[in-house]
Amino acid sequence: MSAPTSTTGSTPSGTRLTSASAVDAARAEGRAALVGYVPAGFPDQRGCVDALRASVAAGLDVIELGLPYSDPVMDGPVIQAAAETALRGGTRIRHVLESVERLASAPEGERAPVLVMSYWAPVLRYGPAAFARDLASAGGAGLITPDLVPDEAGEWMAASDEHGLERVFLVAPSSTPARLASTAAACRGWTYAASTMGVTGTRSSVGSAAAGLVEATRAAGAERVCVGLGVSTAAQASEVAGYADGVIVGSALVRALSEGGTAALEAVVRDLAAGVASPSR
Amino acid sequence: MTAQPVFERFGARGPYFGEFGGRFVPEALIAALDELDAEYTRAAADPAFAAELERLQREYTGRPSILTEVPRFAEHAGGARVLLKREDLNHTGSHKINNVLGQALLTKRMGKTRVIAETGAGQHGVATATAAALMGLECVVYMGKVDTERQALNVARMRLLGAEVVPVSTGTATLKDALNEAFRDWVAHVDDTHYVLGTVAGPHPFPAMVRDFHRTIGVEARAQVLDRVGRLPDVVAACVGGGSNAIGIFHAFIEDEGVRLLGLEAAGDGVETGRHAASITGGVSGVLHGARSLVLQDDDGQTLDSHSISAGLDYPGVGPEHAFLASTGRAEYRPVTDAEAMEAFGLLCRTEGIIPAIESAHALAGALRVGRELGPDGVVLVNLSGRGDKDVDTAARWFGLVSDADLVASEAERVSAPVSETEGSGW
Repeated sequence: MSAPTSTTGSTPSGTRLTSASAVDAARAEGRAALVGYVPAGFPDQRGCVDALRASVAAGLDVIELGLPYSDPVMDGPVIQAAAETALRGGTRIRHVLESVERLASAPEGERAPVLVMSYWAPVLRYGPAAFARDLASAGGAGLITPDLVPDEAGEWMAASDEHGLERVFLVAPSSTPARLASTAAACRGWTYAASTMGVTGTRSSVGSAAAGLVEATRAAGAERVCVGLGVSTAAQASEVAGYADGVIVGSALVRALSEGGTAALEAVVRDLAAGVASPSR
Repeated sequence: MTAQPVFERFGARGPYFGEFGGRFVPEALIAALDELDAEYTRAAADPAFAAELERLQREYTGRPSILTEVPRFAEHAGGARVLLKREDLNHTGSHKINNVLGQALLTKRMGKTRVIAETGAGQHGVATATAAALMGLECVVYMGKVDTERQALNVARMRLLGAEVVPVSTGTATLKDALNEAFRDWVAHVDDTHYVLGTVAGPHPFPAMVRDFHRTIGVEARAQVLDRVGRLPDVVAACVGGGSNAIGIFHAFIEDEGVRLLGLEAAGDGVETGRHAASITGGVSGVLHGARSLVLQDDDGQTLDSHSISAGLDYPGVGPEHAFLASTGRAEYRPVTDAEAMEAFGLLCRTEGIIPAIESAHALAGALRVGRELGPDGVVLVNLSGRGDKDVDTAARWFGLVSDADLVASEAERVSAPVSETEGSGW
């Protein structure tokens, strides 16, 4: 994997947190990192930032801030609905970057590295170079790209390199060994393993292919592999923590925030944090 | 045969057409796209595949479709000769069947047992349901909820053919959202399912493959026009939503430098009003549904709602090869408003006894305009991509032939009457 050994980048305001360092810190504690997704602007801009800060205090290690998009083909109904709410509320890319800045400048204890997760269309329209520049200056750690494969990512590779941003590409159970290797090499920070063939959403069990995929991705050269899609309970988090470096939870957090507000979200995060802290071996 | 590479000059086998095309999809779909690309490449070189497709086109679709000259219509086109390529006479009523039969054969070659499709007006959904019935494949069609309501008869047709129709209510509940839902289904069921994408958009290899299956339209028409007129047409006109019928008829004329290729986009209320579906005239370079092309989007890259009286053209994107042909100037694209399309629709009905699909009426409106520019010596070939049975309701309202209240009342009467009394009273 071509990730630099340094896990921090510098910004005008000082040292920027990276998600790789958070994953490494969790590993040093003998547990997996908890990565949590909420779309920016959901339920509204302020509410999203407050909820995520509270989540960090409750045990979230890495923030995955969604950039709401009109045509989210990788997302199931829960996240689709949240993204629609955020867009209807007027969430624009500049608001997403503002949210990144607020999260990145939160007080110690409520601050965690922030990765933006975005479909490629909005980033392309903004301009990949401009997006990298503005994300870095907002204190963001990097970008997760669910519909951008490394084959199409030339512009993003250059822009993210220039600004020292992490870039997280996905691998799937259908990825060939050659693609696992090329994707792992293109990632900077960690590699996102989709546990199952499908879209985001809670499932009664995490895909049985996930453990094998993590192993194959590591064998293909990935330094850190986190698993997402379908994880919603502490038991599932504990199971995935047994073989992955990080556990990514999206729909379950969004549902909690949607139904019970920040208090419900904090409770779910605490529960999941307990799960990743006791990996089942 | 349709499946031979003959686009060397523009190098357009994909994944890229100039700066357009590519594969902007989740990694989970890459393996399926690679499998499809490999199978299509093998099939295109396999005489048995070509023979089977040719047999189906002849014995099932009714190819070759005929060429009809329309002199009474042409009187309104500055006296230029107007010839219609009658894709409306294909089985299922449009050009869509050409592509669907090819992809259904590929589905069987790949050993898959289930097909899914998106549909707007319902034409592609009906064609897919038809091919699935013919070949014994399970079929699910995703259709925007708004479209299921404005095209209720086509929903019934698909269900009669044994397909499951799933109304999609997310986003704008129209064609683009049906595509999103089809992609989501495909990611989850890629082992046994092929996604029969209905136009020359989407990730590689769909734009090149779907074009190749429709290429027969232009190959036939070129020979038919030469035979009938003794020379090539001055202009080849076709409507462009995603762009499959247009690329199908354009393709055989690409090398004929003297032949103008004219794509007519749906301008809805007018491009200047913002309520339109003209992605080339009024769009920007961006990514939508797996490919880079020209799309209708806002400054933030969010897809804009498109508007057109024609459900089949009501799409905020266009196939990447059209974006490329526009960028090179080899093809030109002009907007046609709802009002202009409906005027041409009514004219063809009254002068020639042919009820066109409203989609195709956009091409007819373009022919009227370009015919007046060419004058009496001009020859215009128009792709009449579909028939208008599905549009009678929309047209009746447009022309005020019946009121909404009349339609509702007569429908209520039909529904409440015993079946024995209403049988045969519909179409």
